[in-house]
Amino acid sequence: MEPIIKVDNVSMCFNLSTEKHESLKEYLLALVQGRLQYDEFYALKDVSLDIMPGDFYGLVGLNGSGKSTLLKTIAGVYKPTKGKVTVNGTIAPLIELGAGFDMDLTARENIYLNGTVLGFSPKYLDEKFDEIVEFSELQNFLDVPLKNYSSGMVARIGFAIATITKPDILIADEVLSVGDFLFQQKCEKRMQELMAGGTTVILVSHSIEQIERMCTKVAWLSHGHLKMNGDTETVCAAYKATQRGEA
Amino acid sequence: MAKLKGMFNGFWRYRYLLWNLVSRDFKLKYRRSVLGVVWSVLNPLLMCLVYWAVFSSLMDMRGSGIDNFPVFLMCGQLLFNFFNEATSSSMSSVLSAAPLLKKVYIPKYIFPLEKCCFAMVNCVFSFVALALVMVFTGSPLHWTVIEVLYPLITLFFFSLGVGLFLAAATVFFRDIMHIWSVFITALLYFSAIFYDPTQMTFSIGGFNMQQIIKLNPMYWYITGFRRTLMWGIPLDFNMFAVCGICAVLSMWVGVHMFRKTQDRFVLHI
Repeated sequence: MEPIIKVDNVSMCFNLSTEKHESLKEYLLALVQGRLQYDEFYALKDVSLDIMPGDFYGLVGLNGSGKSTLLKTIAGVYKPTKGKVTVNGTIAPLIELGAGFDMDLTARENIYLNGTVLGFSPKYLDEKFDEIVEFSELQNFLDVPLKNYSSGMVARIGFAIATITKPDILIADEVLSVGDFLFQQKCEKRMQELMAGGTTVILVSHSIEQIERMCTKVAWLSHGHLKMNGDTETVCAAYKATQRGEA
Repeated sequence: MAKLKGMFNGFWRYRYLLWNLVSRDFKLKYRRSVLGVVWSVLNPLLMCLVYWAVFSSLMDMRGSGIDNFPVFLMCGQLLFNFFNEATSSSMSSVLSAAPLLKKVYIPKYIFPLEKCCFAMVNCVFSFVALALVMVFTGSPLHWTVIEVLYPLITLFFFSLGVGLFLAAATVFFRDIMHIWSVFITALLYFSAIFYDPTQMTFSIGGFNMQQIIKLNPMYWYITGFRRTLMWGIPLDFNMFAVCGICAVLSMWVGVHMFRKTQDRFVLHI
């Protein structure tokens, strides 16, 4: 079977912002003084990963190990410095719930704006509008500007819009940590429903219990390298073992 | 050709986004104002009143032989305003879309394009004000009025090209934002908005002032617009060529620059 996502020797290099030139003068000065070499930082180094259709893939690793960077390269936000990412299908990115919301607009307006950001047509959103509102449970606040919402309420709407369609791939970056536990359960249920319908899910979470409960496969990133990759039990056991060792 | 088709498909998929972004800007512009959308017409009208008051009383230009000075002034001012708004807002559009661009994949050119479209919407609204002034001053309507579309459309693409270039450049050098407003002011005085360059007889450094002003693309767009709207003169070959070539050149440079740098945007915003 063809992998739905093929991450092929991907490296992602950032120039650390200490050497970022914000103005022409700074740039020219640096150029003249020969200081133009940047401090390079590899957030990902030669990572290769094949994700098969229907996988529920978990990504684990400490802060700064490159999990989010990997998700963003898959989502097409970053173009890898080296290597190649091939994706065969539509992606619903849940990298930050409500990215692209305009805080001055009402929830109703934001549903349409954010829906089109994700590439849905207004007609489709019309059809699904009630479903989105129902899932987010915010019927009474539809015409309130988003700046008056609590962060949990914003997250509810974000999740509801992004998962309204049946994407081929759902990318979720710690999005389940917001919202109360009832809503978290609801989100988990939604993700499992999507997966049952054939959607491939990639989940980043710091809750190892959640990963163990939900994922079929796990990849472990450490300092930008892929340390381990395989079925949930083996990788999670190894990951927990080192954590205990370090502590 | 396949590449072109792919680009078009990409654009087509995001046409609703473009529409929603324009309507968001529009809604936010007038939210909580009592007169709302009326300001779109009222504002250029009042602006023109100020200009007209200044240039016909303080710096008496009435004797300079320009027919229907209010309309003459307004044509120039509205078009220049469009150019100013389109380029200035395009310039910061990619930067201000940073939260979105860092989280979701969206074609990045959407943002400068959206700002140019929004500026065009505003410009079209201000034409209502222009029409009111034309009626009020008894300005005749010529058949050549259809041809105003040509300078207008070419000006749109000219501004879009400049906007794309500025948007890309600003990501790497924020200085551009500061210098551009100065440049725009300088350009304003060289765009024949409140004077008729054909009446200029003096020269600077051996160059006739008339010739110098002709180096400014805005002069051509504004003059083309005035000729067809006010004076009923059809566009001649020079007009067609200059307006068209400036638009194509600007688009070529803008698109080229934008495409070459867009993958590195997220690392700098």
